Amino acid sequence: MQHLINIMDLTTAEIDELIEVAKDILANPEKYQDACRHKILATLFFEPSTRTRLSFESAMLSLGGNVLGFSDSSSSSSAKGESLADTITMVSGYSDIIAMRHPKEGSPIVASEHTAVPIINAGDGGHYHPTQTLTDLLTIKTELGHFDGLTVGLCGDLKYGRTVHSLISAMSRYENVRFVLISPQELKLPSFVKQTYIKDAGLPYIQSTSLEDVIGDLDILYMTRIQRERFPDEEDYLRLKDTYILDEEKMKSAKRDMIVLHPLPRVNEISTGVDSDPRALYFKQAYNGKFIRMALIMKLLGIKI
Amino acid sequence: MNIDSIQNGYVIDHITAGKAMQIYNMLDFASLDCPVAMIMNVHSSKMGKKDIIKIDGEVEINLEVIGYISPDSTVNVIKNGEIAGKSHIAPPEKLIDIIKCKNPRCITTTEQDIHHVFLLSNAKKREYRCRYCEAMAR
Repeated sequence: MQHLINIMDLTTAEIDELIEVAKDILANPEKYQDACRHKILATLFFEPSTRTRLSFESAMLSLGGNVLGFSDSSSSSSAKGESLADTITMVSGYSDIIAMRHPKEGSPIVASEHTAVPIINAGDGGHYHPTQTLTDLLTIKTELGHFDGLTVGLCGDLKYGRTVHSLISAMSRYENVRFVLISPQELKLPSFVKQTYIKDAGLPYIQSTSLEDVIGDLDILYMTRIQRERFPDEEDYLRLKDTYILDEEKMKSAKRDMIVLHPLPRVNEISTGVDSDPRALYFKQAYNGKFIRMALIMKLLGIKI
Repeated sequence: MNIDSIQNGYVIDHITAGKAMQIYNMLDFASLDCPVAMIMNVHSSKMGKKDIIKIDGEVEINLEVIGYISPDSTVNVIKNGEIAGKSHIAPPEKLIDIIKCKNPRCITTTEQDIHHVFLLSNAKKREYRCRYCEAMAR
């Protein structure tokens, strides 16, 4: 039984295979409409989500399967003090596959130790978000055609940004990738990501506090939201929340073929004026999320079409 | 200073100077029913200074704790007043329920009956990371 807890659980060959299946689903959705008939996806969202939960549910429904679950921990037994291990033991008896989001980091590892069905990590605190990364990779592959040799700029909350951690780990396996880490001092990339996936991999990187200084070097600009919910101190959030705002003026300094990605939701870190720029791909990226999740659900359930 | 030699027990030698007390506390030697001698800041030709712990009794010792706190230590097993065995301690690959994760966002801070597991992530630097959230051991 295969789980997806960390993007590194998948080989690059498996990622390529998922991307190809997702592209085929995009082109021929009717071919897959009964692929998961009589299968049940449980979506356990102990933390709020719009895109990830709805895209998982839409993915399973589009595969002809069914969905059950909750979208708020207050409506689950965890509010009564039930352990995650007990919740998973019980839910794995009601479903064929589980997608779980949980505020505590490492929770999918606990879930994987108490389940009879595959677990998909749909985000664990500020740690990892592998299915967002699959969405990112599908978008990059579709738009740029390759992963090798890219200069990837990651901007904003690199400390608590789980999508950033997963994307860096995934991209670190491709040839000649270079990272540009743009954040305030307080939100720098944690050592477990920088050491393991950049330094130990021998990849070049630079750190900058200024987006303007480096935007012209980038092939991909991955913007992130400063996440209020992750800050222990509200004052720190208020001080840092407007550090980076990507606007039309800054886009003038970017390469003509640079792409802008964002895991969404955004607050004000990308001005709405940028939305009409053909390089702004974040809504397309969100759209892609459903199709790569369809491919992933099929893979983990061992279903091939 | 004189410490009597022991008949049956252990001599934990080459402990990094200043670390003996931490080993004593983490292994809860205070609860043993046998004498325990702590010898600290002893001259060592190899280390400059070292600590030694002598345990006059046949008890069980968790070597992983010693390996975590002072990885270059040696443990001599004493039988009938003679050295009957010697082990060199290396940093263990895995620490189970020896230290706890300090990351407030880690699942180990809330989940009941969970083992606190740390994995050796860099043997040279002797760094350990939480198996769940990957935070560095502090």
